[in-house]
Amino acid sequence: MFEHFFASPATILMGGVIGFLFGFLLQKGGVTRYNVIVGQFMLKDFTVLKIMLTAVMVGSVGIYGMRALGFDIALHVKTAALLGNALGGLIFGVGMAVLGYCPGTAVAAIGEGSRHAIAGVLGMIVGAGLFAEVYPWIKSHILSVGNLGKVTFVDLTGFSPWLFIAGLLVAGIFGLVSLERWEKNNQS
Amino acid sequence: MLKFPNSYLTKRLLKKPKEMEEKMLSIFKKARWSPYAVGTGIGLLSWVTFALMNKALGVSTTFVRTAGMVEGLVSEDHIRSNAYFAKYLGTMEGPYPVFEWQFALVVMLVLGAFCASWLSSTRLRETVPDLWKARFGPSKGTRFVGAFLAGIVVMFGARLAGGCTSGHGISGSLQLAVSSWIFFLCLFAAGIVTAWLLYGKGGKNNV
Repeated sequence: MFEHFFASPATILMGGVIGFLFGFLLQKGGVTRYNVIVGQFMLKDFTVLKIMLTAVMVGSVGIYGMRALGFDIALHVKTAALLGNALGGLIFGVGMAVLGYCPGTAVAAIGEGSRHAIAGVLGMIVGAGLFAEVYPWIKSHILSVGNLGKVTFVDLTGFSPWLFIAGLLVAGIFGLVSLERWEKNNQS
Repeated sequence: MLKFPNSYLTKRLLKKPKEMEEKMLSIFKKARWSPYAVGTGIGLLSWVTFALMNKALGVSTTFVRTAGMVEGLVSEDHIRSNAYFAKYLGTMEGPYPVFEWQFALVVMLVLGAFCASWLSSTRLRETVPDLWKARFGPSKGTRFVGAFLAGIVVMFGARLAGGCTSGHGISGSLQLAVSSWIFFLCLFAAGIVTAWLLYGKGGKNNV
């Protein structure tokens, strides 16, 4: 495995630049902090939701927009194995509330200097190894339940993606404006 | 005779860049940016990864590669015969690189966050967060063991679901993927319930 350890320098450079900017943004956004992440789950600090919703809105307009303009942009959709996605999300949420980080923010938190994030990242490496060991059983017993393949809501319904994106933008912007108003009124 | 317009011009030209430079610097020195600015920035980064790299922004697969690399140092046969590692690291005959674009991305997250916090002098040398301290006491050992175990849980969940907050939560959701929206909703539901069970109502005052 170590003869072929590195990918081409160009891909590594591109990945590195994107990672640097991503880490920079995560820190400036405050989500490299345990308090901010747990504060989101305590419904006190809505930074996580604000960042994620904005990123999803901007991202969806750009990706589907570029495709509509005729650019050759492939989608990279993950398999909808409904039981696996739901169980995985629930397990992930429990761990994230205790750890106070998700994988990307934990790595970035190390850069900001948080020592306990190192223990979290080491645990994540062990978790990935454990999953690999039990993967055959999980594949046949869990990932096979409700497996729809790599589908989007567009594939599932046959509607235009812009219907979903318009809905996302209306609900997202209305939700965020209401949230800002509510936060302003509840400031003590 | 030419002195007047000249000095006027140089003044204008010299003053403007300096003001701009100071303004730029003050943005980078700010401790926190608006979450909407940060979200927009991450959204734009996703455009770049899709358009220029033909990839979706993600993080957690790198942990599989790291685990495979560590285990592979002990026994390469073991990881080559494991179906899950083979998906990401290839087989003995056709191995894939370990240090590929996403691996570089994850490594550089550290430097990006370091520079961001260093520029604003808000480096956080946290060992035990306040809320954790209020609930579980000031012991570093308890927090480190707790974080380690929670890290295992987080990554097991991510691999079971097929992605994490970046790969599913952001990249998947923006593609309108069914899997990602299910993950997103379940993550928040479980996170909220867990946080309230762990810290209760009083916890709210500590975050």
